[in-house]
Amino acid sequence: MNIPHTRREFLAGSGALVVSFSLHGAQAQEAVPSQAAPSPAKPPAPKLPGDLSKYPKVDSWIKLAADGRATVLAGKAELGTGVKTAFIQCAAEELDLPPSAITMITADTGLTTDEGYTAGSHSMQDCGTAIRFAAADLRVTLLELAAARVGLNVSDLKTQNGAVVTPDGTRISYGELVAGLDLHRDVRAETTIKKSGSLTVIGKPMARVDIPGKLTGGESYVQDMRPDGMLHARVVRPPAYGARLASIDTAAVEKLPGVVKVIRDGSFLAVAAEREEQAILAMHLLEDAARWNDPTQLPKQSGIQDYLRSLPNSATTILDHGTIGQPGVKALRASYSRPYKSHASIGPSCAVALFDGGKLTIWSHAQGMFPLRSAVAKLLNMPPEQIRCIHTAGSGCYGHNAADDSAGDAALIARALPGRPIRLQLMREQEHGWEPFGPAMSSQVSAAVDADGKLIDWQYEVWSNTHSMRPGGAGNLLAGQLVEAAFTPDEPKPIPQPEGGGDRNAIPLYVLPNARVVSRFIPQMPIRVSALRGLGAYLNVFSIESFMDEAADAAGIDPVEFRLKHLEDARARDVVSKAAKEFGWQPNAKLPRGRGQGFAFARYKNLGAYCAVAMEVSVDRQTGIVKIGKVVAAVDSGEAVNHDGIRNQIEGAIVQSASWTTQEEVTFSEREITSRDWSGYPILRFPDMPDSIDVHVIDRPDQPFLGTGEAGQGPASAAIANAVARAAGVRVRDLPLNPARMKAAMGV
Amino acid sequence: MTTITVNGKPHQVDAAPSTPLLYVLRNDLKLNGAKFGCGLGQCGACTVLVDRQPVYSCVTPISVLEGRQVTTLEGLGTPDNPGPVQRAFIAEQAAQCGYCIPGMVMRAQALIEHKPRASESEIRDYMAPSLCRCGTHMRILRAIRRAMKDMRTASVEGAR
Repeated sequence: MNIPHTRREFLAGSGALVVSFSLHGAQAQEAVPSQAAPSPAKPPAPKLPGDLSKYPKVDSWIKLAADGRATVLAGKAELGTGVKTAFIQCAAEELDLPPSAITMITADTGLTTDEGYTAGSHSMQDCGTAIRFAAADLRVTLLELAAARVGLNVSDLKTQNGAVVTPDGTRISYGELVAGLDLHRDVRAETTIKKSGSLTVIGKPMARVDIPGKLTGGESYVQDMRPDGMLHARVVRPPAYGARLASIDTAAVEKLPGVVKVIRDGSFLAVAAEREEQAILAMHLLEDAARWNDPTQLPKQSGIQDYLRSLPNSATTILDHGTIGQPGVKALRASYSRPYKSHASIGPSCAVALFDGGKLTIWSHAQGMFPLRSAVAKLLNMPPEQIRCIHTAGSGCYGHNAADDSAGDAALIARALPGRPIRLQLMREQEHGWEPFGPAMSSQVSAAVDADGKLIDWQYEVWSNTHSMRPGGAGNLLAGQLVEAAFTPDEPKPIPQPEGGGDRNAIPLYVLPNARVVSRFIPQMPIRVSALRGLGAYLNVFSIESFMDEAADAAGIDPVEFRLKHLEDARARDVVSKAAKEFGWQPNAKLPRGRGQGFAFARYKNLGAYCAVAMEVSVDRQTGIVKIGKVVAAVDSGEAVNHDGIRNQIEGAIVQSASWTTQEEVTFSEREITSRDWSGYPILRFPDMPDSIDVHVIDRPDQPFLGTGEAGQGPASAAIANAVARAAGVRVRDLPLNPARMKAAMGV
Repeated sequence: MTTITVNGKPHQVDAAPSTPLLYVLRNDLKLNGAKFGCGLGQCGACTVLVDRQPVYSCVTPISVLEGRQVTTLEGLGTPDNPGPVQRAFIAEQAAQCGYCIPGMVMRAQALIEHKPRASESEIRDYMAPSLCRCGTHMRILRAIRRAMKDMRTASVEGAR
């Protein structure tokens, strides 16, 4: 495998480029001309759509080569959601170019724009939209160039299959037009995209471009990189939070066969070896040899919610509407909670790094290549321009897992071994034990319904840590906290509304004349936390949608009808009605004892995709086991680019949420995290799967993309809880709804 | 030197006899299919076939493999000519991140070879040791059912 340091060549005087190097093996991508990432320009007026507002130049997104192929550059990365394929569809559609003539490059500080993190279900809105409009603008430019060449009007010409076609049928291929093309200019504000009736790629079936390689042993992941001269590295993590490396004698390990170097910097300890198993053996021996001191005491797991609520918090009223305190005819009140949850990626995080000639290259599956570069620059005290971070696929992350940490580790090791590519993969126990978890949270809600069964009072409070401790700062990398000249993690901050962090989706979409919602942000983090898919939306939707069922029962109204009674948003009503209809929802359906049906709905962030879930569950009274039967979901993600991609994401969200909701809980003693592998942190397995999951996509042609990846978790959790409440006859409000908790609730 | 036979070809491997097969497959033979997931035999990402039985290559030392046939994902087909289970997974788009999928394919291959008419609950039970975190299970099950059907059809046609 070649390390991509080859110079990129320009075709002088044109916007095109001679493709000159391969990135690596089966992931071969084409090169593009820019030597460094384009710098953000001043936002033009009027504002362009998506991330064109930050990077308005056409060539920040698309380049065209003399062979007629296009290279599309996304600042967002493929995290396993299929978004790369959807990006290709956006470009192919607007360019009238076959998808096979498009090469996608994603998140690379050397080549693409800085679109921040690939997170928050933003990729389609921000990046897909930008690509689409840039491609539409480029198509018009090509028409204009062709018109000038043949002396006709643009309106006389059309584009088709990578060429401009004249009225007499003459084809001028895009490649022929490259010589006169200047793409280093802003996308025009008047650029329009194709209307729904004329689409041939967007909304049509297209298989994911990455799946065949993943199914046949292609070099699909950073874990699969194998550059010449590569060394295998492993790190030694401290035994517990806060422990510092007091002493270690590394001499014996350094003499082991294959060991090239033991790297120590303060409490950061690592080893590089010629062979992977040699590195692992050396890691174990270093673990045995290391003496650590001063671990931080952790709070008791059993009282964690009370402990978190006892910590100082800052309260922000994020909704204050009408006059709260209306008595109604029935009032009710409840509290809900979720424990810490692990991202629990199947593949432990991995990075490859090469320090050569004063420059550092990192291949990483982290969510933000530019923020990672910034953090590593501080960690290594290097200018960011000397560092290139290239996104390379990894195992699914579902947020901020240990990907960034492993990249920081690899960078430190690579600097100690110049000229040798370093492949660092974490061990299972390190991934599970040290990743930043999804925060534990709790909520409290009270409400009153009037005689017409309308909610006339709603008060909600949510307690949460921050949901983003991503880099940026070097202290947000574990290595940054361990090195001798340790970095302090960035000050935790709440993510403000309207997207929110701990208070994401804390404001119901329902019509509530008198409502107050308070977000209580807890800065102190006894357990390391950061972003997990959906952030606070998971607990807030679980709480609100569980409570909606409790309120519906209090009002004596069917839960679906009760929701519709409080929903004005037509698209919200549509997904609710669609899910109910396709499920065959019957008010007061008579089910055998131990079985129940549940329903839930949310619009992610109140700005993103709409999703409703209906399901049936059974609860075994003897074992307390919750088993999911039939599941039906409806989702509206705006204009649907790839229907199967949307279905795949929602199916996955439902299964993952079912696992979170019925089983998962990070465990810890007062000394350390104890859920360090799959026996300590079980997730759902095949025999636990629902009988069926059917996802219905409500396509909204000509409407903006809304994203999909995080829309399903919240509704799925509450649909389970609501079905369980009916099946078991008792409501459980503290997650997970595991057998122990179910049996206790049922009095078994 | 240890000799192991992988996808029908013998290989001389210069690694300690205790070396787990996974590292030899990935690093010496440069086969990407089997993945490191846990190193503990808990997740199934490293699953390969040894004498057509699924094993965790992360906890199988190469010393026990002399005279045995190891089959990896690469032994089932190629990108240009995928095997029937691989084809079925592609047809059902049964992957999200895809990291667990090679292990799923190998386990499914063993199931179909041993029990070509497995019932739905038998499939689910047999696949239980393999973990997927993206929640692609329903598609994986569809892909397995599709592969079973395709392979039965092929064997009927082959018998004609």
